[in-house]
Amino acid sequence: MSRPMTIAEKILAAHAGTDEVRPGQLVDVQVDMALGNDITAPISIEIFREAGAKKVFDREKIALVADHFTPNKDIKSAEQVRTLREFSDEHAIKHFYEGGQVGVEHCLLPEKGIVLPGDVVIGADSHTCTYGALGAFATGAGSTDLAAAMITGRTWFKVPESIKIVYKGELQPWVCGKDLILYTIGDIGVDGALYMAMEFTGPVIESLPMSDRFTMSNMAIEAGGKAGLVNPDSTTEQYVSARASRSYQVYHSDENAEYARVVEYDCSKIEPQIAFPHLPENTVGISEVATVELDQVVIGSCTNGRIEDLAIAAAILKGRKIAEELRLIVLPATPAIWTEALDKGFLKTFIEAGAVIGPPTCGPCLGGHMGVLAKGERALSTTNRNFVGRMGHPESEVYLASPAIAAASAVLGRIGSPEELS
Amino acid sequence: MKIRGNVWKFGENIDTDAIIPARYLNTSDPKELARHCMEDADKDFPDKVRPGDILVAGKNFGCGSSREHAPIALKAAGVGCVIAPSFARIFYRNAFNMGLPIFECAEAPEEIEEGHEVEVDADSGTIIDLTTGREMKAQPIPPFMQELIADGGLIAHILKKSGDEQ
Ligand code: SF4
Repeated sequence: MSRPMTIAEKILAAHAGTDEVRPGQLVDVQVDMALGNDITAPISIEIFREAGAKKVFDREKIALVADHFTPNKDIKSAEQVRTLREFSDEHAIKHFYEGGQVGVEHCLLPEKGIVLPGDVVIGADSHTCTYGALGAFATGAGSTDLAAAMITGRTWFKVPESIKIVYKGELQPWVCGKDLILYTIGDIGVDGALYMAMEFTGPVIESLPMSDRFTMSNMAIEAGGKAGLVNPDSTTEQYVSARASRSYQVYHSDENAEYARVVEYDCSKIEPQIAFPHLPENTVGISEVATVELDQVVIGSCTNGRIEDLAIAAAILKGRKIAEELRLIVLPATPAIWTEALDKGFLKTFIEAGAVIGPPTCGPCLGGHMGVLAKGERALSTTNRNFVGRMGHPESEVYLASPAIAAASAVLGRIGSPEELS
Repeated sequence: MKIRGNVWKFGENIDTDAIIPARYLNTSDPKELARHCMEDADKDFPDKVRPGDILVAGKNFGCGSSREHAPIALKAAGVGCVIAPSFARIFYRNAFNMGLPIFECAEAPEEIEEGHEVEVDADSGTIIDLTTGREMKAQPIPPFMQELIADGGLIAHILKKSGDEQ
């Protein structure tokens, strides 16, 4: 019998065509989906051409998503998207998205059933780890890695050690997946899971909807993690069965699998979290935040731009107005989410509250466009990174929080909780 | 695959700017990069390094930027391999992708002195300090990865394979 393995090890072993793998081992694996965006894929396409490659390994297993600077904000970004489009036409790439079809990649791919449980996904984007929420082994890599994967359908990994994080107890009011992951990063640090596969487990995770699980896996990289996995269960099955158009295999960690570390949290002690500038690990509970006045609030991104996130924000903003001189920018992450938010009246609620509604795009998350900060400005955002200059001027500040805190803070004009609203 | 050479030692957290300073990144010509390799950590290094020499460094080698120029510069300077207790994650990938073998070994910085002659066997992961006879262990490099390194890196390897198939 082979050694007990974690879900990450099992997926890698299966894709390497072997019975077992061990942490530290180098493995050559088959790739189920190779992903690039309008920033990273043009470089990969150049490498692809320079290498003299004629064909992609499988036109159905490559996803090119022009989501970062789209709708194209300037000539250079338009050229980049054109590179993607021409390459996609030439190779009949099945999953190429731009214009009215595009959504933020890490929301779009699961939504369309393009990534599935048990997959190995390599993406030239650091938040590729999002798909770990489906029970896939998904990780970010460089443009050369993507080019190689597009040609051969294979890539190599060093099998990571796993760190198991167990969430127990009752969730406090307004606490969601975002708070749990911010709390975790605050506890273990931005390099607390360096090289490692994080595994989110415990009764609290089992009760979370897919949207919260995606949020948590999305931010594994913010703790240095190579992947952030959730063992598939009936919630996963329900989400996936309606979307999958190919077969997939579900893997679970063995009970006696080896972990480099096991961390346990009592969630009843976790309140809504805020990450202060300029690192996601600078987290504090909402009750400890003094007055932090805001110029901008952003609700969206691959972390928290899903319909569940917008629903929470809309419930809080319904019948209220945002603070004067504050900008609230809401970006539903995909066209389907946009439509659903429209149908459910969320967009009307946001507009009546004084928000700007944008298209599905990364936009302000990386200081690209549609909400860039001026010198000295302060934003609270539902995104995943608050590095120096992430949303604009190097002397601007970004605070990270959940959609509930974001919506309440937009009304208050400072960082605050829904509890404070009359 | 066996790598044998004389050792140059460096400290912990050698970053990609120390490996190849950003001021030389206006070229990707390996020969040009080799002329400045490690110069901010040891300005004579480019002159004294000999083909096959081995770098032994402290933990977190290659931290900093994701520039693929760093392993390219080391390789072009003739460095046969790098041994360190740990490597920054992106450097780790880039090194193999550019065809530079690297080995993780916790005790190497303490056990191996500058100027010692060292032999590394990639198949078994055995590191022998030939000067002292001390033997250490690193993760072996599996055959597929050795092939990739021998071909000169990931893209060269793919090109060769696609050539073989045609
Ligand atoms: S929304 Fe932000 S973090 Fe997510 S893919 Fe876009 S730029 Fe990256």
